[in-house]
Amino acid sequence: MNQALDNDIIKVDKLSKTFKLPHEQQSSIKSAFIHFYKKQRGYELQQALKDISFEVKRGEFFGIVGRNGSGKSTLLKLLAGIYNPSGGQVEVNGKLTPFIELGVGFNMELTGRENVFLNGALLGFSRREMRAMYDDIVKFAELRKFMDQKLKNYSSGMQVRLAFSIAIRAKSDILLIDEVLAVGDASFQQKCFDVFAKLKKQGATIILVTHDMSSVLRFCDRVMLIHKGQLVMIGKPAEVADTYLELNYENTEKNRQAETKIDKNKAAKEDTTKPAIKSVIIQDSNGKSTHRFSNKEKIKIIIHYDNKQKTPTHFGLQIFNDAGVYCFGTNTKISGLSPRAEKASDILVELLPQLVPGSYYINVATMNENATTVYDYKTRTASFRIIKDSQFEGIVTLDHSWIA
Amino acid sequence: MITRVLNKRNRALLAELVRTDFKLRYQGSVLGYAWSLLRPLLLFLILYVVFVKFLKIGGSVPHYPVYLLLGIVIWNFFAEMTSQSVGSIVGRGDLIRKIRIPRWIIVFSSSISALINLFLNLLVVIVFLFINHVDLLKTSLWLPLILVEVYILALGVSLFLSAAFVKYRDVSYIWEVILQAGFYLTPILYPLTLITNLIMLKLIMLNPMAQAIQDMRYATVTHQTKTIYQVFGGSWYKFIPFIAVFAIFITSIAYFRKESKNFAENI
Repeated sequence: MNQALDNDIIKVDKLSKTFKLPHEQQSSIKSAFIHFYKKQRGYELQQALKDISFEVKRGEFFGIVGRNGSGKSTLLKLLAGIYNPSGGQVEVNGKLTPFIELGVGFNMELTGRENVFLNGALLGFSRREMRAMYDDIVKFAELRKFMDQKLKNYSSGMQVRLAFSIAIRAKSDILLIDEVLAVGDASFQQKCFDVFAKLKKQGATIILVTHDMSSVLRFCDRVMLIHKGQLVMIGKPAEVADTYLELNYENTEKNRQAETKIDKNKAAKEDTTKPAIKSVIIQDSNGKSTHRFSNKEKIKIIIHYDNKQKTPTHFGLQIFNDAGVYCFGTNTKISGLSPRAEKASDILVELLPQLVPGSYYINVATMNENATTVYDYKTRTASFRIIKDSQFEGIVTLDHSWIA
Repeated sequence: MITRVLNKRNRALLAELVRTDFKLRYQGSVLGYAWSLLRPLLLFLILYVVFVKFLKIGGSVPHYPVYLLLGIVIWNFFAEMTSQSVGSIVGRGDLIRKIRIPRWIIVFSSSISALINLFLNLLVVIVFLFINHVDLLKTSLWLPLILVEVYILALGVSLFLSAAFVKYRDVSYIWEVILQAGFYLTPILYPLTLITNLIMLKLIMLNPMAQAIQDMRYATVTHQTKTIYQVFGGSWYKFIPFIAVFAIFITSIAYFRKESKNFAENI
């Protein structure tokens, strides 16, 4: 056998998955009979995955990222053999964890101990094998005192801990993980990471599916990006991260434009006597229109407004990230400027976006001379994106240096 | 093939699912597992009082109470196993959507639970056989084989119903009605001597459950009861129930296999 072939633990070739989505849930014989009689079927086809081909090498930590609804979970279910492909094929040359989520089959009415054995059986362990590793599982989950209580009396964090402790016992060559890192507290997450590191050292292949780029950057050797069911790229995490952010930006921008359209319809009825925001333009320091910035590069934000009554006006600016977190806010009053009273003009803000890579929205407002009443407030009037040239985490990038 | 299907992994899973089922079934009830025995006994008591004491049916059959009890126990097994299996796949949707396990294990585990109940109930029948001073018949040795026939029929029907239920939720209601009709179409309460119309009698005996229950009664309780072999004599028609059981089993497996590929997305 070819050496290269031998190295691929998973081979996916032109994999497609189509779901039949009934227009009207057809789960009664009567409607099935009517549809059959009419010779028409009331469903539409939804292509969840289209022509996906890739290989995962033995011992690799492989990431699959995509926005919600991109088809990444469908892909994982196809890999796990839970779904049947509509086209193409999946070839797995090793033992795969049969589950894609923690705590599958947990029964709330059973005790912790009983659930350990049930879950173990789902992972393919016999009762004797489970008895041998029972103590280790309980110890790792730190739940010794609770094992004879019913699972319904556990907190969700306790359930996850128990589930994870069992799951990592699975003797498989390939681990499929779907966003588990999002659950549990910080100390438990750290424990998970330690386990992944250990498993990787032991030569296990791990496939992590997530929409969160930061865990991918931390762990993965290679990442695949899928969007709307199609493979966008496979590459090093840092490269893929940038494309992923760009995709997210496009989506952000689309949402923004859709919202602005609604705003415009509303604006027609608004009274025009108050100072109104006409448009917001983003430029780089050379006056070129763009939306891509590094966090070391100044952004010019030009607010074009209309002030028919020459009302004294202050201007405000807010920056929100993609997750809706308010990152920064300023206005002309805080900045010590006096209110403006020109009929129609522009006002320019220059700022250094010391933010972590991602997509950002801008909200702008006009206010009265004391900055107490808002005349006009436009949300998501513009957006920009900070490209990936650092790996810092959090919300902002603070100027800092490590002193050895 | 059986060793491949029932490998160590599947056996462990099956055992654990059955165990869970048993633990949960009578949870919160004071008498617990005793209900497995009490339920058919109480049902038997009602039917016995109504049919034997009030309506005076079954006077012509020796050991009629045991004869009645055996019929009820076997029919209950069939009814319980099939009606529990209808929703078994959908009820375990959490597993099916998230884990790759052989789908038939779920139906199989609910059938094992029903089997365990059947054996407990058969113990009660044996006790009644002694109380009624029924002579031990040599033909009793046939009993296990006839039980296998009933089990295969029930398993086939269960596989079919559970798979069909994923697509059509009407199945459970329809099956409820069919079971009710089947209870009266099968000679459980009434002795076959009550049926005087020969064509009617022949039609009734073609039902595999009627054939099996009558065979069991003949084998263990009394030879003075009608079986399909007497009704049809030398005609090959007497094999129809067996052919039907086999055909139902094979088509159900095929249907289940075909449908099970899409369970995860259809549930």
